[in-house]
Amino acid sequence: MAKAVDKAIDYASFPDKRGHFGPYGGRFVSETLMCALDELEAAYQRLKNDKDFQAEFDQDLAQYVGRPSPLYLAERWSRETGGAQIYLKREDLNHTGAHKVNNTIGQALLAKHMGKKRIIAETGAGQHGVASATVAARLGMSCHVFMGEEDVHRQALNVYRMKLLGAEVIPVKSGSRTLKDAMNEAMRDWVTNVDDTFYIIGTVAGPHPYPQLVRDFQSIIGREARAQCLEQTGRLPDALVACVGGGSNAIGLFHPFLNDESVAMYGVEAGGYGVETGQHAAPLSAGTPGVLHGNRTYLMQDDNGQIIHTHSVSAGLDYPGVGPEHAWLKDIGRAEYVSVNDDEALTAFRELTLVEGIMPALESSHALAYAKKLARSLDKDKTIIINLSGRGDKDIHTVAQIDGIQLT
Amino acid sequence: MSRLTAKFDALRAAKRKALVPYIVAGDPDMERTLPLMHKLVEQGADILELGVPFSDPMAEGPTIQLAHERALVHAVSLSGILELVTEFRRHDQDTPVVLMGYANPVERMGYDGFAERAGRAGVDGVLIVDMPPEEAEPLNEALARHELDNIFLLAPTTTDERIAKVAGLAGGYIYCVSLKGVTGAGNIDVDQVQKLMQRIQAHTDLPVTVGFGIKNAETATRVAVCCDGVVVGSALVEAVASAEKNGTDVLEATTLIRDIRHALDAISR
Repeated sequence: MAKAVDKAIDYASFPDKRGHFGPYGGRFVSETLMCALDELEAAYQRLKNDKDFQAEFDQDLAQYVGRPSPLYLAERWSRETGGAQIYLKREDLNHTGAHKVNNTIGQALLAKHMGKKRIIAETGAGQHGVASATVAARLGMSCHVFMGEEDVHRQALNVYRMKLLGAEVIPVKSGSRTLKDAMNEAMRDWVTNVDDTFYIIGTVAGPHPYPQLVRDFQSIIGREARAQCLEQTGRLPDALVACVGGGSNAIGLFHPFLNDESVAMYGVEAGGYGVETGQHAAPLSAGTPGVLHGNRTYLMQDDNGQIIHTHSVSAGLDYPGVGPEHAWLKDIGRAEYVSVNDDEALTAFRELTLVEGIMPALESSHALAYAKKLARSLDKDKTIIINLSGRGDKDIHTVAQIDGIQLT
Repeated sequence: MSRLTAKFDALRAAKRKALVPYIVAGDPDMERTLPLMHKLVEQGADILELGVPFSDPMAEGPTIQLAHERALVHAVSLSGILELVTEFRRHDQDTPVVLMGYANPVERMGYDGFAERAGRAGVDGVLIVDMPPEEAEPLNEALARHELDNIFLLAPTTTDERIAKVAGLAGGYIYCVSLKGVTGAGNIDVDQVQKLMQRIQAHTDLPVTVGFGIKNAETATRVAVCCDGVVVGSALVEAVASAEKNGTDVLEATTLIRDIRHALDAISR
């Protein structure tokens, strides 16, 4: 369980004015981008309290995304697991199939209000790329998505979806050719086209104000879940569980509950082949603090400060860093971070599909696998909410390949 | 007086422009970086910028990205680079050396440990690309304790307010980024550089060098008329890479610097 926490902390007041969560976060970028970030921050501070902007955002979430997403009691799975009652926050039912769209809707509205005509984004699994291409199509903006060459191959379906949506997908051939390199390349594009381009970052990382604004847009998940849980069970949940790559779905669920002391929180990182093997993507579990992609946070790095290669069966968690707010929540003990390896996640993927008829994304399957262990340690009168952050359609090829089945 | 200040004072007195080549330490390997540094000085370099390789060099164009990757194949580390500078100083006590890189390797070593070791090795200045003044205070303090200059970037997007702030913190010289883009980009606009230089010079008497997109004697001389010196990076790194690829001596790559030196000296007179 979480360590004792200083009661004086008001979580809603973070980050500070310069974007720090304790020692983490901040704005570590080259000078050329500083003014663009100042401009973005000023626009966001103005618009986040603007009634018309909020009404526009809320209306898009309701009518385009299909919110609120249900909070579903997985009765059969809870019974078979034996222990706490498990509720699923169904972000998989959102338009485009994951929580990512909550954020891209918000940032695209910001882009529109700031008069930007061109959108760029990075993507790993392709979910954020698809969500960015989707909002760009709807607003008539051009969209360029940077994607590691490795990921272009393993997520061919999402690459084609982005193309159908009118986006240009740019394979990134530098470094490890995965998500971190896609983010480097998106930053390079932004620095070159900073006047007319809006960079939609897909997670709660990057330079300030991104970790804050992405969190705020994703917090709709936790606000809904809190109200739905109170309505359905008459009280707050005992624990929250969400997978953590960069950490946007987790912070979206956690943030509205941070001031509720009784609610425990578990972020589940990708253990890959096992944290002890070194081949994983679990910086909070096994990494050290450093600076990457504009913020200070926990990283997978070697003794010389070079970022090391990560591994996860799920492309969306295959990232060597993590959002700075998670780094801070870990250090102060407000949330606990654990890891689940590839095999455990795959087992959970199959189990939820068979027992509840819900096929989860491999990312979300990490949360399911940990929640199952947690549920068993708790009494039947306790409740757990899992963020079912995305649906598993995109992962069918990966799972079939593991099963030795060739899909045509 | 710091080696950088002494160098710029001497250059100003002689009405000469500073020529600042940039190479990546460990490219093509550490053994050849040391003779390359001495050769660059011989060909007319005033200050050396040594790139510290990083796995995620966000501000670099393809040429310098590849140089970082080549160096990292040999596991070149910040510690190794400090040893390299120590070696360099055994034969050259006059030419200032500036380390240019990214925050994380320095964070990993620890600011004070880094500053202490860099000072002892004979490093004169440090330019951390992804550390703007807003985040630089702890590093500034460590560098100041060991009498190293913290060199900051200014860009075409920098406001006058930020120029004033950076001018107050910077030491040694200011590195003016000529364009919106990454290193090695081809879109340098001399008129824009001149306008930026005027804005910078309104706030500081520190020497200002201009870099990004300076490829040859022609671009160097066009830019040099409005500033104190030019940085030549990608073009030199490319010359080193092609020499290595073609199996010729990488020291030959420094003829680019000799040519630029001659051209700069011609306009100074």
